[in-house]
Amino acid sequence: MAEKQTPSQTVGPFFAYGLTARQYGYRHPQVADGQISDATADGTAITVVGQVLDGQGVAVGDAMLEIWQADAAGQYPNPSGGGNTGFRGFARVGTGADASQTFRFDTIKPGAVDGRQAPHLNVIVFMRGLLNHCHTRIWFSDEAAANAADPVLASIPEARRGTVIAQRQDTPQGPVYRFDIHMQGDQETVFFDI
Amino acid sequence: MSHRARDWQSHPPAIDAGYKSTALRGPTRPLIPLPQGTATSSGPVYGQDDVRAIDTDLTMNGRTNGEPLGERIIVTGRVLDDAGRPLAGELVEVWQANAAGRYFHDGDQHDAPIDPNFFGGGRSVTDADGVYRFTTIRPAAYPWGNHANAWRPGHIHFSLFGPTIASRLVTQMYFPGDPLLDLDPIFQAVPARARDRLVSRFDIGVTQEAFALGYVFDIVLAGGAETPFEGDR
Repeated sequence: MAEKQTPSQTVGPFFAYGLTARQYGYRHPQVADGQISDATADGTAITVVGQVLDGQGVAVGDAMLEIWQADAAGQYPNPSGGGNTGFRGFARVGTGADASQTFRFDTIKPGAVDGRQAPHLNVIVFMRGLLNHCHTRIWFSDEAAANAADPVLASIPEARRGTVIAQRQDTPQGPVYRFDIHMQGDQETVFFDI
Repeated sequence: MSHRARDWQSHPPAIDAGYKSTALRGPTRPLIPLPQGTATSSGPVYGQDDVRAIDTDLTMNGRTNGEPLGERIIVTGRVLDDAGRPLAGELVEVWQANAAGRYFHDGDQHDAPIDPNFFGGGRSVTDADGVYRFTTIRPAAYPWGNHANAWRPGHIHFSLFGPTIASRLVTQMYFPGDPLLDLDPIFQAVPARARDRLVSRFDIGVTQEAFALGYVFDIVLAGGAETPFEGDR
């Protein structure tokens, strides 16, 4: 490598006014919130909710999550614009603005990517006590056939695959997928070496 | 064969004995490599229109009735990928404590004054040469509960994206000569060979006469160079 990488450091406990200001009620701009797409985007509207849990199963109230995802056709947004109107593909939320430390993303269900990867969301996890951010993916419980053919899921030991599959619940407001992130323990979420 | 973007010789471990919060929050199992051809080769698209010119000047963007207190400084540097290419048009987000060591955050209970004219959040976009630049107030040290008489060295938090999700980086910039660096578990968690990359450099050329001292902090993101490995981790 021509240049040595700058080391990672924790996001710390006080990121909210800098990175997720509007969500926490601070008067400062932020580049993204929990709204990945609006009602004008093509696709099935879904919601993803969950908690980040520490090694004792306690919900973490100072974590931040980012989502990056493809649209309903499996295409990632292009920096030069165009494509699916109303679809941003990117979200960022903290877990501290909700009394139960629950995060929530409103989006559309992504399509299969490259014709061989099952629909999924890319997730980055940050928090105090995390010196390096963690990468995971969210797959969907109602995509059993696509999940069975997904090369990334196939690379995960079978006993751990369940940690990265969000469970669908049907509500009057539409499908809600539950995805808890376990930092440690028997249900420790699979994190990728990215 | 697979690829990883992060050079783990440059980054701290998931769990560090000195930094107590890592004990229950750092993952304990080995990270799983992505199979060849399955990495996400794009990264977040966000609205650069959202970045206001005033947000590169933290001595201006938080004013309510006057100037913020403390030592004015200029912080600038280049953002590169690890192949050495400058990254233009990159968003740089920063946040920091004020000159008394207090964050403008509801959760900060440190008994030090809030500055009504200093918010501590800023954003910049790198120019064609990958250069960002902020004017701000030098942040002070502050106490934290990690161990007895624990103090964080003065630092500025940085958040950067780079071209793909593999280049994402959140880090902290420190100041040269700070005696707290030797005692800070978060800084010391970084491998010794890589620590000095987090310490900014005083630069008389960046320093503006009769206005502000200048510090240079260059940032190198992962993902520019191919780093093949054979399941060695």
